[in-house]
Amino acid sequence: MNQTRREFIKSSAVVAAATSVGISSLPNTVKAFAAKGEGGWLWDKSVCRFCGTGCGIMIATKNDKIVAVKGDPLSPVNKGLNCIKGYFNAKIMYGEDRLKKPLLRMDSNGNFSKKGKFKPVSWKRAFDEMEKQMKKSLDELGPTGIAVFSSGQYTVMEGYAAVKLIKGGLRSNNIDPNARHCMASAVVGFIQTFGIDEPAGTYDDIELTDTVVSWGANMSEMHPILWSRVTERKLSDPKKVKVINLTTFTNRTSDLADIEIVFKPHTDLALWNYIAHEIVYNNPKAIDWDYVNNHTVFATGPVDIGYGMRKPDHPKNTELEKETVRLEVEKELSEAEGTTLSYLGYKKGDTLKMNNTKKPVKHWAISFEEFKKGLKPYNLDFVARLSKGDDSESLESFKKKLKTLAKLYMEKGRKVTSFWTMGMNQHTRGSWVNEQAYMVHFLLGKQAKPGDGAFSLTGQPSACGTAREVGTFAHRLPADLVVANPKHRKFTEEIWKIPDGTLNPKVGSHLMKIHRDIEDGKIKFAWINVCNPYHNSANANHWLKAAREMDNFIVCSEVYPGISAKVSDLILPTAMIYEKWGAYGNAERRTQHWKQQVTPVGDAMSDTWQFVELAKRFKLKEVWGAKNIPGIKDGLPDVMDKAREMGYNDDTTLYEVLYENDEAKGYPWPDPIGEGRLNSESEGDKRKVSGSDGKEFKGYGFFIQKYLWEEYRRFGLGHEHDLDSFDAYQKNRGLKWPVIDGKETLWRFNSKYDSYAKKAGAGDFAFYGKALKAIGQGTLKGPIASKGKLKLPNKAKIFFRPYMDPPEMPDKQYPLWLCTGRVLEHWHSGTMTMRVPELYRAVPEALCSIHPADAKALNLIDGDSVWIESRRGKVKAHIETRGRNRVPTGLVYVPWFDEKVFINKVCLDATCPMSKETDFKKCTVKIYKAES
Amino acid sequence: MTSRRKAIENIFKTSTFMGFGGLLWGSSADEAANTEFTLRPPGASQKDRDFVQACIKCGTCVEVCPYDTLELATPGDGKVVGTPYFHPREIPCYMCTDIPCTNNCPSGALDLKRLEKENEPASINNSQMGIASIHKETCIAFWGIRCDACYRACPLIGKALTIERKINERTEQHAYLLPIVNGDFCTGCGICEHVCVVEESAIYVLPLSAATGRVGNHYVKGWDKEDEKRMKLNNTEVDDSKDINSGLEYLNSDEELY
Amino acid sequence: MRNCINVLQALFKNRKYLLLRRVSQLSILFLFFGGNYFGWKVLIGNYSSAILLDEIFLSDPFATLQILVSGFVGAANLFIGAAIVLLFYAIIGGRVFCSWVCPVNMLSDFSLWLREKMRIKDKSKIILSKNVRYYILALSFILSAIIGIAAFEIISPISIFHRAIIFGVGGSWSVILALFFFELTIVKNGWCGYICPLGAFYSIVGKYGLLKVYHEKEKCTLCNKCFDVCPEDQVLSIIGKKDGYIKSGECTNCAQCIDVCDDDALKFSINYFKNNLNNR
Repeated sequence: MNQTRREFIKSSAVVAAATSVGISSLPNTVKAFAAKGEGGWLWDKSVCRFCGTGCGIMIATKNDKIVAVKGDPLSPVNKGLNCIKGYFNAKIMYGEDRLKKPLLRMDSNGNFSKKGKFKPVSWKRAFDEMEKQMKKSLDELGPTGIAVFSSGQYTVMEGYAAVKLIKGGLRSNNIDPNARHCMASAVVGFIQTFGIDEPAGTYDDIELTDTVVSWGANMSEMHPILWSRVTERKLSDPKKVKVINLTTFTNRTSDLADIEIVFKPHTDLALWNYIAHEIVYNNPKAIDWDYVNNHTVFATGPVDIGYGMRKPDHPKNTELEKETVRLEVEKELSEAEGTTLSYLGYKKGDTLKMNNTKKPVKHWAISFEEFKKGLKPYNLDFVARLSKGDDSESLESFKKKLKTLAKLYMEKGRKVTSFWTMGMNQHTRGSWVNEQAYMVHFLLGKQAKPGDGAFSLTGQPSACGTAREVGTFAHRLPADLVVANPKHRKFTEEIWKIPDGTLNPKVGSHLMKIHRDIEDGKIKFAWINVCNPYHNSANANHWLKAAREMDNFIVCSEVYPGISAKVSDLILPTAMIYEKWGAYGNAERRTQHWKQQVTPVGDAMSDTWQFVELAKRFKLKEVWGAKNIPGIKDGLPDVMDKAREMGYNDDTTLYEVLYENDEAKGYPWPDPIGEGRLNSESEGDKRKVSGSDGKEFKGYGFFIQKYLWEEYRRFGLGHEHDLDSFDAYQKNRGLKWPVIDGKETLWRFNSKYDSYAKKAGAGDFAFYGKALKAIGQGTLKGPIASKGKLKLPNKAKIFFRPYMDPPEMPDKQYPLWLCTGRVLEHWHSGTMTMRVPELYRAVPEALCSIHPADAKALNLIDGDSVWIESRRGKVKAHIETRGRNRVPTGLVYVPWFDEKVFINKVCLDATCPMSKETDFKKCTVKIYKAES
Repeated sequence: MTSRRKAIENIFKTSTFMGFGGLLWGSSADEAANTEFTLRPPGASQKDRDFVQACIKCGTCVEVCPYDTLELATPGDGKVVGTPYFHPREIPCYMCTDIPCTNNCPSGALDLKRLEKENEPASINNSQMGIASIHKETCIAFWGIRCDACYRACPLIGKALTIERKINERTEQHAYLLPIVNGDFCTGCGICEHVCVVEESAIYVLPLSAATGRVGNHYVKGWDKEDEKRMKLNNTEVDDSKDINSGLEYLNSDEELY
Repeated sequence: MRNCINVLQALFKNRKYLLLRRVSQLSILFLFFGGNYFGWKVLIGNYSSAILLDEIFLSDPFATLQILVSGFVGAANLFIGAAIVLLFYAIIGGRVFCSWVCPVNMLSDFSLWLREKMRIKDKSKIILSKNVRYYILALSFILSAIIGIAAFEIISPISIFHRAIIFGVGGSWSVILALFFFELTIVKNGWCGYICPLGAFYSIVGKYGLLKVYHEKEKCTLCNKCFDVCPEDQVLSIIGKKDGYIKSGECTNCAQCIDVCDDDALKFSINYFKNNLNNR
């Protein structure tokens, strides 16, 4: 027996026991109600709080509390079923440490103090401080001095209210969602390939396809209900239907798979090119030339784009970090890169200078012959040697699997659907690998057809519906509009009834850059909504320290105390999903609405209310004068004259302009659709909460959620993003946008199913997205200016993207790959699910999965406590050599939900330079026994 | 005379004491030792009585257990006092690969030999503390819920607990993923029982003696060569020595047939 | 300072061995306790069986014998441990286990002390023979053989008591209270002096050991203080009559008689065994 091991395990058991005792009282509330029987329960439709699948649920309330949930049998997604997270939706709201009052760090005199302890304050006091601190930052640094950490878990209306206030009112583009961590690479893939965001396919593809290929997506755990649909499909025709799991370690998705391909991290880039090579070089007959010629062009882009890290000379880099971030300037090409970048004239050992870190997204059209030339090195032998991820597997066996994979893709008449999530998105070449998926599907003509297509699954419940469609990103506006486009800004300004020139044309800071800017003192006010950025961002030590030790003010709207709340200065208690009216849009473009089911707990108020109340604190003259913006020569113009012309005056508040305007008042409350229902924002509620002015909040008097929805949907109407009316969604189980004349769109870009595609008149398919549709032309080496711009109406792009190494690879000091991810039982950082006693008991802590041989070599046995250390930080965890995830030698896996095993302190904050999405799936670590 | 009488009285007293006391003591001790539904540490005998006989009740196994899984029975626990046991719903056996409990047992009540398999050294994976059973009606996987939390928590995932897939005929779109226990591999560690997310665990561990059946020797699986080994283990002799009398009795009985 | 010394001297006066015994009993108990709660490796296990310094096995020879009689041939470590303990007590002699090791002794002494304070007179109608324990000892083996389980171990209140201290009380308090009140109100020193078969076992084991109390008749003033404190006063038959050793194995070597003897007429001696041999 090892003393250390025993101590650690014992003490953690005690902590675990104490915690579980502490929170075990919560379900009793639920139990007590349920015990009274079904009498008086009111059932209403809603949607699951958790993942991007978007399962419909029914909620039972009694005495203004949620007492039960059931899967909605009428929901086309889940037909009444749920996973275990969904099963516990009723228990997430009443944890005993639910935040119920605003909390402010104060000194003994009641003044804000960065070093003070949290004490409860009134909403008025909270908003007073917030206003003061926000204005201080705005005065000192201009609109770029503030930032909002936004979310893919916002309701659509919340996200819209946030963007309106931050971009339209305060003229800052520093608003970026946790969805940046989740599917930004998918977005770049979509926009560059199709010119419009979001998948072409629907979940119905699962029932229609013959082949499900999962790329870096543990669907079994992360999309449990979709996985049960995949399983059904497999069972319905076991001989014909094939399931392939491409992954860097054995997971539960391998259970069902006919073929499991364990590849070396990052080599999915090579695997996709192998399939393309196989098509182009060895089976050209498989190419669907009609499809390719009529609907696509070939394209490529630069490779010297860096890895989204800070430059090595940044003063906050530690010496150890510099070992990795030096690659942001230049890198020596490896043997593999010497081969894969040979088309650019490089060979092994050459230095690649990162000249295109500022413009990683640029791309140009090339010919098929050039495209083919790029694919040349990716023959079976080269790719198999590069990609084989499991040392115990023979090269022959691996090659055989790759051949079968390519054959299945190419087989004429065989329908193939490729699914992926974070494995391909959280990737320093994530945008590339997304584009490669479309490359293969396009070559084969297997895209945007029922059962055929590359389908990017989303992680969050409204990553598509809010983060992407509403545009809570630093560069976006609603409905795929972008801040950098003057026409888009103008269109937006018109809908928002704000003066021409109000919107800031400069793209704001993305999520990682907000963290970095805070550390650099460039942002001094940050507001966190519906996310946990201090828990979920890589290289966390930097950001935690910056939040706590620098001159700044962090506000966190939260429901339970987590890491982000802990490092904040002001915590705002926030209404949870069923305590407000809302809508989510899931991964298959399905928008689902729900009504407020219960009164929020304590003094909690919705995020929308918080934005609107803050807007009351800003007068136009304070925000719409000339503003200094770094990077814009003349800054933002003074738009007050134009504002006055529009009928506003100096003292008009942002509240009056953005929220309480004439259009809003056209949506009165009460409204027949909300008859007998609660609406805490519109009419206040029984709690008589003391509002932001210190007086009882009695409601806005108009139907604010409906107003926000109806105004928001004007962006998309007639612009390929059509949504139905607020009232319509109250009655149905969700519709897939674009919704035209009340009819949803099944397969986008397919003229049979998509009226926009039909209208385009470009044949069977029309990739009608408008973005990036005029590009230069050239060769693999670069665009040739003389060739001019190529216009691509209704066409998609087939990208050639090469294999390149990730910035960190195992070496002597840090010999192991680290991959992070999730578990079925917990949602993201666990703030909700860790408070459900049953889920807590099922998975109380994050374990480090390690191969038994690696453990043995390190003299470790199952259950030992180890340090996992990278160049950035270290955490302690218990190891697991058996169980649900079986990693190959040389790789360890740690889920990130557990704040006691704060693995993001270890992770590298390198991103895809195009999408700015962090690569949480690979960095390198060393592991050693923890001694106390 | 008196001394003799006293002696007889003494002998009588003593024997009464020994007799009654012994009877009372013996029967209550005997009764107390019959605790079939108790889960014991790995390496204990399958017959609980044998384990109770061998255990010296020193608690060493309890002390070396790094997870505080094992407890020593106290009066009122319904188990033989001083013997180790565990309640998986509270703390299951986490199956330490170094098996400290069995390794440190001084009495031989927990014996590494029981964890050995042909030519293999002792392994915790060979332990048979019990066997998990599933109550289908309260297991939400059988409702169609994507749970299988027990399966994912199983240290011998894919062996002791496997997933059986079945089409959900109601939705015609989803599948059941049902946890199935495989007695050949299940060690009875009880992690499944511990993690089960319903209020009272729908999967629970019973000692082998309480949860397993036994098949007679008169039938052997024709499709399984291994099955014949079962015969060698508990061979019974066939007895055909009975005479015709019982048949005669029936044939000659006067009961009315029609 | 002086006061302190005085207080200490007063405390030690007539209590030297009592304090030493308490130190011995408590430190063993504490080491066991620490073994379970803090993972110390000095003494792991309990009085039934233990591992000393992560190396040496120790086991209760009485329990081991019962297990053997019940029909289970235990592991080698069990027998080695039992042999070590058996040899130790046989050489030391007397029921040293009872008064220097066994934690029940403290409970028993506490009930004696309380009896005095509360002036409880032994008016019990139950008169037990000092030999009952030998019958119970015999029964332990007979029953173990019959039911096939170590018969005394399954009910032993001694084990229940020390396990309660080392591993947590659980449902043991009822048994401990019963033991305590039995000694307090029913039979004075009832468990240790009359019933305990483990004590009986060590009486036999320690009969010829080295350590015995030696009595010098010359110095004795027949004050009878030793009789007042002795839990097994039948062993004091030679007091005031002749020089010699307290030979009975039933003597627990608790040395309370030595503590209370103001005349220096009693002391420990380790020559008994030698003398005994010579006398033969």
